[in-house]
Parts: sequence; structure tokens; C-alpha cells
Amino acid sequence: MRTSVYKKTPKLRVALTRGITYGTLAIGAFIMLLPFWYMMVFATRSNTEILSVPPPYWFGTSLLQNIDELIGFRPHYWKSMMLSIWIALATTALNLFFCSLAGFAFAMYEFRYKERLFGFIMATMLMPAFVSMIPTILLMSRLGWIDSAKALIIPGACGALGVFMMRQYVGTAIPKELIEAGRMDGCGEFGLYWRIALPLLGPAMGTLGLITFIGSYNNFVGALLVMRDQSSFTVPLVLRSLQGTSAATWGAISAGAAIAVTPLLVLFVFYSRKLIDGLTAGAVKG
Amino acid sequence: MTSTPMPTMLPLPVRTTAPRRRRFNAKAWAPYLFVSPFFILFTAFALFPLLFSGYVSLFKWDGINDMEWEGLGNYLWTLDLDGLKWDALFHPAFWEDLYSRDFWRSLYNTLWIGVVGGVPQHLVAIPLAFFIHTHLRRLRNPVLALYFLPFITNTVAIALVFQALFSTQFGVVNTILTGIGSFDIAGFHPLGWLFPQTRIDWANPDKTRWIVSFVVWWRYVGWNTVLYIAALQTIPKDIYEAAKVDGATTWQQFWYITIPLLRPMMFFAVTLTMIGSLQMFEESYILTGGTGGVGRVAETSAMFMLKIGMTDGDFGTASAVAWLLFMFIALLTWLNNRLMKPKD
Repeated sequence: MRTSVYKKTPKLRVALTRGITYGTLAIGAFIMLLPFWYMMVFATRSNTEILSVPPPYWFGTSLLQNIDELIGFRPHYWKSMMLSIWIALATTALNLFFCSLAGFAFAMYEFRYKERLFGFIMATMLMPAFVSMIPTILLMSRLGWIDSAKALIIPGACGALGVFMMRQYVGTAIPKELIEAGRMDGCGEFGLYWRIALPLLGPAMGTLGLITFIGSYNNFVGALLVMRDQSSFTVPLVLRSLQGTSAATWGAISAGAAIAVTPLLVLFVFYSRKLIDGLTAGAVKG
Repeated sequence: MTSTPMPTMLPLPVRTTAPRRRRFNAKAWAPYLFVSPFFILFTAFALFPLLFSGYVSLFKWDGINDMEWEGLGNYLWTLDLDGLKWDALFHPAFWEDLYSRDFWRSLYNTLWIGVVGGVPQHLVAIPLAFFIHTHLRRLRNPVLALYFLPFITNTVAIALVFQALFSTQFGVVNTILTGIGSFDIAGFHPLGWLFPQTRIDWANPDKTRWIVSFVVWWRYVGWNTVLYIAALQTIPKDIYEAAKVDGATTWQQFWYITIPLLRPMMFFAVTLTMIGSLQMFEESYILTGGTGGVGRVAETSAMFMLKIGMTDGDFGTASAVAWLLFMFIALLTWLNNRLMKPKD
């Protein structure tokens, strides 16, 4: 690819260019990985080791002490972890259902104001979230949802991006004739979605599910607004609460951060390819 | 089934004069029902709060006691333009005075971090995407995944780690930088001009915004790379083949083919970066421990708004800040649309 038949480049120059580009790529990758590496290393090191100069770059043996200290300091840590995962799972399930249902409607039906409604959904993506933050606090306390998982699950149950992705995917993956055939056979409108369309949406559901899960699990600002009591903190809030307190050591903080990131890393190891392929394929039409 | 056959194979207009088989035409109503969850949720949890905050912004209100009419008072208080020397507009003192006012400082910080953390995202992502797309085969997915990894991780967790890495005394960043800077060949430091040989004082307020910007860049550069790769995949390979036949170098291909064809995606990606930057909150909040740092040099607009709303409990003023920012973002988005949007 790089050496053209039509124009010979000197071998040394090729090697040099190649060395520089791959070197840059490697340095970039190093920068991307560095914080993860040190998060894991610090999680296994005692505070004195972390604070030594130069800092350690390889794993130590203090992981269990660090976790013990973390739990002693924040007894709710595991509960928060479960709560975060539960909220993320529930949000993901609702998004998959509502977004695919809406995407199905936009792709498979002709109805009045269809394009306007869709355009409106797209425009909401441009709306900055913080404009509604303050009233959201008031609304949630009026609803009695403060400190309740509902306050994070329900508002995020149907994202605009998901509707967009699903419309694109349904439009390309499901022939309209198939839906028509189902209708001829007497299938109800919801049945057309549930029995015919839904089973065919696997790949798009995977991508949307991953994005939603990750976004919900990482949601910090939303939780900051509505989760007040320590016992209802989500993981980002617990981590934040470790900050600036004299009692929490870097080892404990790093252990907390490492545990918090682990579910994401596991997901990513298995599904990064699917996620990236899904995103690049979805964005093609965007 | 009735005896009159319905022309179901043709797209059926909703307001049809065709004989109705059932009293309730499911096919006409179903799509509205199916898209309704989005609109119900949006109305309840985004549109209503948006409008309500506009209403609240006109009152003095702590959320508990009765609301007191303020008119535009909250807006005037936020803008805080009293005593500005407008005739000295081109004098640094004017801008220093403006910077000392909370709302304007937070806006300046937001824009600063947005530009310093945002522009390099694209300057790196575009060549990187081009390189990954054209030169890598087996390594494509691992490399892309590696650069994408920061985007999917928990900002709070990673910002805490960065705080440790940027520590002046024991921080890894200083260790690496001074290590390279003091790299020694017979008493001569070949990289000393580029890298420091003494520890950088990262706690200095001058550095706070740089650190935040770096973390922002780090987090989103892979996301942008993925977006650009998506766009590159749509460029037909034969264009490059034809260019190569004509003797174009890789550099020429990049500059004369890739960049022009990437313009629509550049518009899209830059718009996303812009909107995201103007709402910047988490990175700065965690890295500065929620304070914005010494002298509040990294306090973003969103942090400023939440501080007024949540810490001070002044919902009226916080709503006014939110609306001012909303209008500012709308203006920038509109300008961006006018100036950058590719005509097609």
C-alpha cells in the first residue's frame, strides 16, 4: 500500500517513516493505558509504597488490605456496586424495549408528522442536560424519588440516540414485505414488533445495550442530583466521597476505582469489537 | 376478514377515505403509541423541567419557602455587569475585571478547556483514523479498542487516578517527564530542551486547566477516532487507487482526498465536541475536588450553576445561569451551523 509501483521511495526513508509513525502510535497507546495500569498497580500497593519516589510500576501484595480499608471506610461499597449494576441493567432493558419499539414505528410505518416527530427527537440530542438539572431536583423530591433508583432509571428509559440507531437498523435489516406478510396473516401491530421484528434486531440491540449500560453505570451528575443518603450512593458517588477525606489512602481509593472499572473492562474485553463495529456502522448514515 | 380486500401492499395514508374495517384502526394508531414513550418521558423529565426553570429563574426561591418575584434580577445578578469600564474595552484591565466576576470566569474556563482539550482531539483523531484505516489490518481492532478504552471508563474513577498521577511529589507524570528530560548521554541532555529536568508543580493554579484539558483530551480522542473511521469506511477505495495510479503520495491522498471527504463528519464530530465541552462538569469537578481549584481557575459553567443551586440553595439564580448558558450554547450551535455546515 505504502510503496507505490509508480514512484519508488528509498528504503531507508520508508523504514524511518514507518518507525516514526508506529513509534507515535505506541506512545499514544501507552498514554491511553497508563492510568489503567497505575490504577491496578496502586490498588495492590500500600500507601507508603505509592508515596515513595519513584512510584512503583509493578504489582504489590496489599490488594486485600486496601479493599479491607475501603470497606471499613465505606461499608456500603458493595451495596453501591450492586445498586449501580441494577440501575444500569434496568435502564438498558427499558431502553432496548422503548427505543426499538419507536425505531420500529419510524422505520416501518407511514404516519402523519412522522418526519417532524423524528426531527424533534434528533433535535433533543442537542439540548444541554444541565438546563433541566435544577428543576429535576425539585421534581424528584416532589415525586418522592430522592434516594430511589427510579429517579435514575425512569428519566433515562428512552434515549434519542437509541431511537435513531434503531430506526436506521430496522430500516436496513427488516424488509417491509415481511411485516406486511405478518399483518396479512392476522398478526396484531404489537405482535409484528414483538414476534417478527424484535428477534431480528440482535446486533443493533447489542450495540445499544452496551452504550446504554456503560453510560448509565458511569452516570455521575444524575446521581449527584438525586442520591443524597450514603446508603443509596451509586459507585461514582462513593468514589467521589473518598476524595479529600484524610482517612482514605491512595491504595484504598485506587482499589475502589479498580473495582468500579472492572465490570466495564470485562464487558469491553469481550465486546469491544462489537461495540466499535456497531458504532462505526451506525454512524455511516449519520 | 371482510369481503372487501384492503390494498395492504401499498403504503396506506393515515387519513384515508377507504372503507374502515374496524372501528379502531390499529395500523393508524400503533405508530403513535409506539413512539409515545419517548415523548412522555421527554416531556416529564426534560421539557417540563426546562420550561419550569425558565419560570423559576424569574423568582427568588430556595425550593422551600414561597417564591418571590424578581423579574430579571437573577439574570442581572448573574451577568454582574455593574461597574465594568466599557470605554476600556481594549485594555487588559477590562478583561481582568470581567474574569474576576464568577459567571464570566466560569464561562471563560469552560471555553478554555473546551478549546485546549477539544481541538487536539480532532487534530490527533483525524490522522490517527486515517492511519488505522489505511495501514493496519490485523492490528486495527486492538489499536482502536485501546484508544477507545478511556471513553467507556468511569470518569470519576479515572479522574481520581489522574489526580494521583499528577501529584507533584510522587506523581508518575513528573517521574516520566523528568526521567526523559534528564536522560543523559555523557553529561549532555539531548531531550532537555523539550522535557523538564525538575519536577513540575502541578498544584500551581496555572496548571489546573491544563490538567483538566489533558484528561478531557485523553478521554475523548478515541471516540472521535471511531467517528472518523466510520466516515473513512464510506469513502470508496477506487478513489485512492486512481490517485495512486496518478502518482499521489500518501500525504497527498490524505490532504486532497480524505480531508475534503471527511468534512461532513468533521462538522458532526466538532458539533458533538462543542456541545459536550460547554457542558463540561465531571472531569473538572473530580480533578479539583469539587472546588474548581485554587482561585476557581477550572470551575466550569455547569459547576458554577450546580454550586449556586445545590450548595447555596438559590434555585432562582441557578436557573437563570442555566438559561443564560442555554442561550449561549444555542447561539454557538447556530453559528457553527452557519459557518461550518457542508452544503449538500
